[in-house]
Amino acid sequence: MEMFLSGIQMLMHIDVLVALLIGSIGGVVIGAIPGVGPAVAIAILLPATFAMEPLVGLTMLLGIYGSSMFGGALPAILINTPGTAVNALTTYDGHPMTRRGEALRALGLAYGASFAGGILSIIALILLSPVLAKIAPMFGSREIFLAALLGLVLVVLAHRGQTFAAGMLAALGIFLGTVGLEPVKYTQRFTFGQQWLGSGFDLIVVVLGLFALSQAFLLLTEPESAPKTEKITGSMGRAMSEVLGFKRIAGVGAGFGVLMGMIPGVGEFTAQFLSYTYAQKTSKTPEAFGKGSPEGLVASESANNAVPAATMIPLLALGIPGEALTAMMLSVFYVHNVIPGPQLFQGQLDFVYALYVAMILLNVIVVCFMLVASNGLLKIIRIPTRFLGVMILTLSFVGVYSLRNSTVDCAIAAGFGVLGLILKRQNLPVVPIVLGMVLGGIMEVKLRPAMARVKVFTDFFDRPIAAFLGLAILTLITLHFVGLYRENRNRDPEEQP
Amino acid sequence: MSPEPANKTPRAKPPRAGSRFQNVIRIRNFQALFQRYARPGDLIFASAFMVLALLLLALLPVETTWAARTKLYQQPAFWPGVAILSMVLFAAGHLLGALVSTRRPGWQAELWAWLRSLEFAAWFLAYVWLVPQAGYLPSTVAFCCALAFRMGYRSWRWMGIAALFALAVVVVFKSFLQVKIPAGAVYDHLPDQIRTFVMINF
Repeated sequence: MEMFLSGIQMLMHIDVLVALLIGSIGGVVIGAIPGVGPAVAIAILLPATFAMEPLVGLTMLLGIYGSSMFGGALPAILINTPGTAVNALTTYDGHPMTRRGEALRALGLAYGASFAGGILSIIALILLSPVLAKIAPMFGSREIFLAALLGLVLVVLAHRGQTFAAGMLAALGIFLGTVGLEPVKYTQRFTFGQQWLGSGFDLIVVVLGLFALSQAFLLLTEPESAPKTEKITGSMGRAMSEVLGFKRIAGVGAGFGVLMGMIPGVGEFTAQFLSYTYAQKTSKTPEAFGKGSPEGLVASESANNAVPAATMIPLLALGIPGEALTAMMLSVFYVHNVIPGPQLFQGQLDFVYALYVAMILLNVIVVCFMLVASNGLLKIIRIPTRFLGVMILTLSFVGVYSLRNSTVDCAIAAGFGVLGLILKRQNLPVVPIVLGMVLGGIMEVKLRPAMARVKVFTDFFDRPIAAFLGLAILTLITLHFVGLYRENRNRDPEEQP
Repeated sequence: MSPEPANKTPRAKPPRAGSRFQNVIRIRNFQALFQRYARPGDLIFASAFMVLALLLLALLPVETTWAARTKLYQQPAFWPGVAILSMVLFAAGHLLGALVSTRRPGWQAELWAWLRSLEFAAWFLAYVWLVPQAGYLPSTVAFCCALAFRMGYRSWRWMGIAALFALAVVVVFKSFLQVKIPAGAVYDHLPDQIRTFVMINF
């Protein structure tokens, strides 16, 4: 309790609260613009947060991450275009409700469900923190190596139907992380005698290229679109309160969100899918799903908004980011010499609690903002896409150039921007590259001390958590191949995907 | 016992194991395992990635060092080696998938779309070059207006919006958040009274 109060005290500073306010409202605005998304915004703002206190910078980024899904529901429901990728499932039931003339009800349910998901997940995490504080110290180098490996395996396997592509891109990420001066023997790796490659590829430069610049290039090269929207009339508060009629679905959705968010490499999509499937299977009207079912809307929104808080668990407890956004946040920790991992839960539990309370506050701020600002946000949805491309390209400059004032960084980011555009057009995932870079680096660093007492292969798994993680990796790979075998056995060889 | 149906259709005899038909089925099933919805340009990308992976593999002994009396996992070449071998392995699977999947027309248009992005990469790099010369505010206003004009927003209204957006970006990031962007060389020619102010804020 003492730690919890200390966490609240840390939060009660004007700079932290202002950062939270800007992050929360900024996140909603960014989420409402189709084609931007929190990854682009976080990538651009990342270098700007380096000059701030760790809590100030992190609350701003967390604000953007946690609130963007609220904003993303708006275009998903009104114009059938998800503001962020994770709002895709919201279009299934949200937009048909709009077509039926129930736009206000759909928006209210989406915001209410997002709020419920967010709050329930944070409460779960606050309750879980003491347990995590006890478990986290059991993670030595070996366990962290295996947890990072598990994250990589999950990232690859989670891209069903694109396993090879995800694997090769994750491997590319690991490779990119090894370029430059090697830290133990101080030898050069893949620098081709070029000085500018000596320090390797900076994660932020790669992230900005893959997320922000690629999105700008994509918007600038694709045909123009400026969606039309109609004004929303009625009481948003009353519409939001309707979510109380779907308590069970919102609760289960939040549960799936917490569970899936905690597992590195899984995230919102799986959480939503499980929550939606559960809601459909237990519904009295399963046939209405996909045609404007309020239950479906609540299931997807409560699950996706429960994930951001849960993704902080592997990041804070083990220093392992589960997806691209937390990988970006990891660099904020490193810049300020706050090293996430078991020691953080032992030594700075108040800091962890402060982050959790910040997440509660951001949900409250966003709901209050949405009560009054939904109609104002409609103007933002209408920004023509090519002009949006101009805006993102201008903002990307700040992100890349302010890091080291390096033209080389900008050229590298532009190169990754082109690669990102190709990947997006090919419908290939970008996230495995980022996670490969981060998790590959962690694995390389942790493998050396992890092998110190290992004489035979089985020694690596002689501790309970290491054995559990090893077994989990083996089970996941086996299940993947069993699934592939079954899928292929039942498939008509003439059938083309 | 149920009565025999009057018009009983004879069931097709299953082919014997190892027969030619079953071998064909096996090959088709193997192909189906790798098939995917391939967008135009899929094969080009898969081939290019495979070439890159093989090139890196060939360069591995040249671009990394093999240290004497050092364990395998401590070798500087170990992690790049693991990464490149994984790249080759997965890229081979991806390329195989591209080869056995139905190819859709339009690879030229797709390739053109990839190349068109280079124009905007060049715009971005020109902006990067301009900032230390002309200063952040003038460069950003010029960049936003010129690119907006290029994208077809040519009315005064859009030019005004682009210039206002540029001003807002500079004020937020340079004046308010104080991000590290060097002052432009042209600022040196400004009068003493405003030079420092402009250098710090714009």
